[in-house]
Amino acid sequence: MSMIDRRIFLGASAGLTAALGLPRMALATASGDRRFVFIIQRGAADGLAIVAPTGDPAFAGIRGDFARDSAGGTKLDSLFTLHPALAETGKLYAAREALFVHAVASPYRERSHFDGQNILETGGARAYQRQDGWMNRLVGLLPPEEGKALALTATIPPALRGSNQVSSYAPSALPDASGELMRRVTMLYEGDAQLHALWNQAVETRAMAGDGAGGGRRDNGAATGALAARLLSGDKGAHIAFIETEGWDTHANQRGALTRNLRNLDALLAALKGGLGAEWNKTLVVVATEFGRTAAPNGTGGTDHGTASAAMLLGGAVAGGRVIADWPGLTRSQLHEGRDLRPTRGLDALIAGALAQHYGLEPKRAMAILFPNARGVAVEEGLMRS
Amino acid sequence: MAAATIALNRFGLGAKLGEAPPSDPRSYLLNQLSIYQPRPAALASMPSRTQIAAQIGDFIDEVREDRPMRRQAARMPQGMRSPMGDEEIPENARRFIRRSIAEQYMVMVAGRMNAAATSNTPFAERLVHFWANHFAVSADKPQVIGMAGLLEFEAIRPHLMGRFADILLAVEQHPAMLMYLNQWHSIGPDSPAAKWVARRGKQRGLNENLAREILELHTLGVDGGYSQGDVTEMARALTGWTVAGLVKGPAARALSGNAVTGDFNYADLIHQPGERTIMGRRYRQQGVGQARAVLADLAAHPSTARHLATKLARHFAGDEPPKAMIDRLALAYMGSGGDLPTVYRAIIDSPEAWAPGPVKFKTPWEWTVSAFRMAGAAEVDGQIVAGLLQQLGQPAWKPGSPAGWDDRAASWAGPDALVRRVEAAEKIAAQAGAGTDARAVAVRLFGETLSPSTAQAIARAESPQQGLALLLVSPEFLRR
Repeated sequence: MSMIDRRIFLGASAGLTAALGLPRMALATASGDRRFVFIIQRGAADGLAIVAPTGDPAFAGIRGDFARDSAGGTKLDSLFTLHPALAETGKLYAAREALFVHAVASPYRERSHFDGQNILETGGARAYQRQDGWMNRLVGLLPPEEGKALALTATIPPALRGSNQVSSYAPSALPDASGELMRRVTMLYEGDAQLHALWNQAVETRAMAGDGAGGGRRDNGAATGALAARLLSGDKGAHIAFIETEGWDTHANQRGALTRNLRNLDALLAALKGGLGAEWNKTLVVVATEFGRTAAPNGTGGTDHGTASAAMLLGGAVAGGRVIADWPGLTRSQLHEGRDLRPTRGLDALIAGALAQHYGLEPKRAMAILFPNARGVAVEEGLMRS
Repeated sequence: MAAATIALNRFGLGAKLGEAPPSDPRSYLLNQLSIYQPRPAALASMPSRTQIAAQIGDFIDEVREDRPMRRQAARMPQGMRSPMGDEEIPENARRFIRRSIAEQYMVMVAGRMNAAATSNTPFAERLVHFWANHFAVSADKPQVIGMAGLLEFEAIRPHLMGRFADILLAVEQHPAMLMYLNQWHSIGPDSPAAKWVARRGKQRGLNENLAREILELHTLGVDGGYSQGDVTEMARALTGWTVAGLVKGPAARALSGNAVTGDFNYADLIHQPGERTIMGRRYRQQGVGQARAVLADLAAHPSTARHLATKLARHFAGDEPPKAMIDRLALAYMGSGGDLPTVYRAIIDSPEAWAPGPVKFKTPWEWTVSAFRMAGAAEVDGQIVAGLLQQLGQPAWKPGSPAGWDDRAASWAGPDALVRRVEAAEKIAAQAGAGTDARAVAVRLFGETLSPSTAQAIARAESPQQGLALLLVSPEFLRR
């Protein structure tokens, strides 16, 4: 999780986009107080451990020692069991506010984290093909209020990079600069287009800053969730947030690391819901990773880079309480390249579908703009409560 | 920017306090290739690898073995990663890492900064940093904390003016890399050791992490023409490449042989027997020579030349590297058998690297080094430097991934990042004291290209420190 600790930067200035008169396409029709949070799991999270297909007859055989790790987890349906570290998420599922999608993948079929994350974030056909991210393009589809986007990271992640104004906040332990220096820097940057824009944005967010959400460590999911909720609250808050979680690259001794990461994620989601209060009912949270991991454990108590994984949709606006999957099976011949869970659904169609329904966007248009590579592919339907 | 300003700022790391601009920028840079020191005074006394490895070995032992400390771990609410990147770490062991290995990390961060801040060969120092980022390890993993600096000092610095193949081999055999990318405990499934543990009901095997990153990041590049099959074959060829002295008990002899703790060791007992085929070539060698032969071929591959040329061109000519320059650098690489000084000279000879406008937004590391050089810092404190870099968003040797830090402005030029530089600038300027005349320094650094607005802002500052802070965050100083 990104460094979160002391001060708060609030809000963003997507409004600048409108003020600058930049073109805006396919404006959303829904009313203006919806929230969207994207949580990326950097490092390739093991979907087969998180939403375990315990009802698949091949599961115990291929997972070896890992097969028993789902004991005590929320039973989702006849096929799937949620990892026991996700207890709070299990409650969301019971309240029909969590939906899991399995055997899902981005269009990427190689096994490099960096390329996989780049494609997941940019929505490009190839890594580094696109300079802007699908979340930034989403901002362009929304009214100014709902398009206020913020990354809880020190720098703007690829998903939010692009022509629409977005902001980032990660707390700093440096002493605040003096007001006098800040004022002079403002003048200094007046003639420099890039620095002027960045600076104005920083000053604007600073003006809205609060007084710390309690110390949050990078592995403190609850603090991160609470902070995100604060930043997303109220009319002045951001309406879109990007949160990163890391440590999912479990090549060795996966059991402990995964349990710890999932507990953090679970705490983050619970704190986010708690902090958002009534706004949770208009919130969509998507959790996704760049690709999955090998179905079988490797020789060092972990798993190696794979292909399909599981994604989560959470929030009061989600039509939850179910697992969506065209289950491909786990026998050797059913696995992708004899080793990985085979992808049977696309993350592009899932994310575009959820966002189209959440914001009342025309689905084809949303797909074409968010994931131009998948233009023409039908989006997933019926993900949100109507 | 004038050529002298470009030589100082874009090729180098900024002028030192009182340093005059070079009268012949090209020879100034070329000369650095001859007088570069692999081990300057600032790095004369760095912690010993043997000692650090022994400590890591003790640490791994504590976490692995069923000791009281480990049982205590079960009661702990939260923990750090263990040496294998996994379970809860006992409090004692955690304290141990913090005190001992982290102290050594701080010593090395200070060494790195002191070397950069005082160097007379800043172009060469920049290249050290470039290669350290190319062959990134990340000190997020406890077993890498004390070793990340050593990878740079021991594997990169001595070979900076050699062939790429030399750096490549030194890096892939360095304990920091072998530990960071899980190579040291990767075991050939058909090796004698794997059969032995299988009889005891355990399963140990291949880890393809290092193999993949060698192909994707260190040599060919992601579009370099390799397949998943090549990755797996490479992983098999690399089995046996391990680090001596990390494990105790019965496995110790198998992994360590007679090698000194913390040294690279080739352990035949865990090597996957048989010949390998990688990128269409067969490798019939046995033992340590097999992967070494693969590395030599990878270093000589045109995809590697192109991959390295692209990254170097991006570093010196801008985020969107000009194709002509990439072609030129790749040609210099292939024509010289991967001789690095030949490639460095081709960079100096590239007109694209001398484009007058600034072509790069400085990374936090570059910005901090140039600020320290300008402020005349020497004998810096490691903890302060490490903390500052952390706050600026680029903690030393902790890029968080083997891809290293991104070398594009989009990763560094953000609103929050800019405020942090202003905060840091005020702090650095306050420490530099009132003795530095920012007006004179600005003229020396940027000459006629100093903008009237920056000159005016500095001249109107209410104190010398404020003038210095404004210079540090001026558009000219933030870019190169």
